[in-house]
Amino acid sequence: MVYQSIEKAKDSYDVIVVGSGLGGLTVSNRLARAGHRVLLLEHHHRLGGLATWFKRKNHIFDVSLHGFPYGMVKTCRKYWNEAIKNSIVQLKHIVFDNPQFSLTTTFDRQDFTRILQEKFGISGTVIDDFFVTVRKMNFYDDLAMSTRELFEEFFPGRTDVHRLLMEPITYANGSTLDDPAITYGIVFSNFMDKGVFTFQGGTDHLIGMMRDELEANGVTICTNSKVERIVIEKGRVKGVMVDDRVISAPCVISNSGITNTVDSLAGREAFPEDFLDAFDKVKINNSSCQVYMGIKPGESFPDVGDLLFTSTAPNFDSLEMRDMKTKSRTFSIYYPQTRPANPDYTVVASMNGNYDDWAALSDEEYQAAKQEMIERSLVDLERYIPDIRSKIDWLEAATPKTFSRYTLHTKGASFGTKFPGLDISRKIFKVVPGLFHVGSVGIIMSGWLGAINYGVIVANDADAFLRS
Amino acid sequence: MTRGEIKNVILEIIADIDEDADMADLNPDEPLRDQLDLDSMDFLDIVMELRKRYKLQIPEADYPELATLTSCINYLEPKLKAL
Ligand SMILES: Cc1cc2nc3c(=O)[nH]c(=O)nc-3n(C[C@H](O)[C@H](O)[C@H](O)COP(=O)(O)OP(=O)(O)OC[C@H]3O[C@@H](n4cnc5c(N)ncnc54)[C@H](O)[C@@H]3O)c2cc1C
Repeated sequence: MVYQSIEKAKDSYDVIVVGSGLGGLTVSNRLARAGHRVLLLEHHHRLGGLATWFKRKNHIFDVSLHGFPYGMVKTCRKYWNEAIKNSIVQLKHIVFDNPQFSLTTTFDRQDFTRILQEKFGISGTVIDDFFVTVRKMNFYDDLAMSTRELFEEFFPGRTDVHRLLMEPITYANGSTLDDPAITYGIVFSNFMDKGVFTFQGGTDHLIGMMRDELEANGVTICTNSKVERIVIEKGRVKGVMVDDRVISAPCVISNSGITNTVDSLAGREAFPEDFLDAFDKVKINNSSCQVYMGIKPGESFPDVGDLLFTSTAPNFDSLEMRDMKTKSRTFSIYYPQTRPANPDYTVVASMNGNYDDWAALSDEEYQAAKQEMIERSLVDLERYIPDIRSKIDWLEAATPKTFSRYTLHTKGASFGTKFPGLDISRKIFKVVPGLFHVGSVGIIMSGWLGAINYGVIVANDADAFLRS
Repeated sequence: MTRGEIKNVILEIIADIDEDADMADLNPDEPLRDQLDLDSMDFLDIVMELRKRYKLQIPEADYPELATLTSCINYLEPKLKAL
């Protein structure tokens, strides 16, 4: 992909978007379509943020294309285009395998109802009540109830049921049983609507289609362009500092993490004390680790499932899942139909992770820890594909340090912040006119669907500001 | 704009948002959300489109006014009278 270099950017725009994650891309597209002149700046050499991929040998590895809810169909049709919408396909073969249960599901309400009844012996009325309760949850509802309390109310003492309901969501957004039940209810219901979906053609294909749409709508895109500073004068946004020059705009939308946006890009001096008090209480979410495996050309293996939630830990435990030596990981299996134009088999093992654990290691320890993680992942995968080792021609690991380096997110946060971050993100423009934040926050606004929809919400705020 | 013109504008915007929306037997006094399967994102789209077309700013606190077709028209009538 070739983008314009920053020297060619004009001196002023209506809006400057800092960062090209799915939130930044979507806010750019919406505002350009609404008639504003938009400059999109990205520090990396490609667009997409965490929605990214990389090439090794003849393989293309997808980093965050493991599955998203059906809601993406409507969202992509409305806010992107038909071609993007039409690339969405279902992943029908989801596997759970742990000491408490092993099962295969399409991961939707109907199939979960069947499983909860037949395998777990839960009564149909309890299951229906549970689904109705979580479906009705709204982000402005009461926050007092935790997910743990929600589960105890419907399935008291049933740690196996809690695991079935929670484990995938902990992978999807880092939330735990102690987070507000509404964050669980909203995300879980989104998935249960119709199951788990993916993009045929891969992340590279999607981001390429998004770039074409942005260009057709007149967005100026500059990559390799790290914004050093958001310029704020007399309490109002004036533009950004990039490549030793100021590009001016009355409206700047940061897709950088909320902590970076306040602490580094805008600078704490731009905000009043009560805002900073609330901001300092916001906790960021955990980071991730991954192991990427490429299969030799000509080799294959049978269908063992699309997404495997595996663990040898006795119980669900979100702390265990973030441990460097976790026994819990998901395997995303990419079959040749993922990229019909470039058929290949790849496997990505994903784990949650803590930045501090990995950052504390010496170089030598870090390399060794990565090797051990690769080895543990292989041993686990052998349970499903026994001869996998002999078929692999590429093995590589990513850690929280890797995610931090590519996205600049504080401590490599994979899923933004805990719930209170949403309020900070939503009110930042009321404190500094012209300054907006978009991107993973508050658990519910993370993931591909959350980040895109949040881009639409912030575009509406920014449009109102620009037309006022 | 007359009430009839406002109604047509709203129906046109909704048709753009949801191409499958069946507006033929829409009850003007029942929530649009229930009849047309509109979600909160769809209402945001209506707000943004009205702002684009008529420079109309609808504050978040007023979103409930857009619940039914009749309440939409009542709310928008004084604001779009001059157009
Ligand atoms: C391992 C992993 C797996 C995941 N799997 C899934 C999944 O299967 N399904 C799902 O729905 N979600 C998944 N997610 C979550 C999803 O990828 C993210 O929530 C979403 O992509 C985040 O979008 P965002 O808009 O917040 O921006 P981000 O993707 O976080 O991007 C922010 C962008 O801003 C840029 N930037 C930051 N600072 C600057 C600066 N100063 N100047 C210029 N540019 C800057 C960064 O380079 C980056 O491109 C996964 C995440 C991870 C880490």
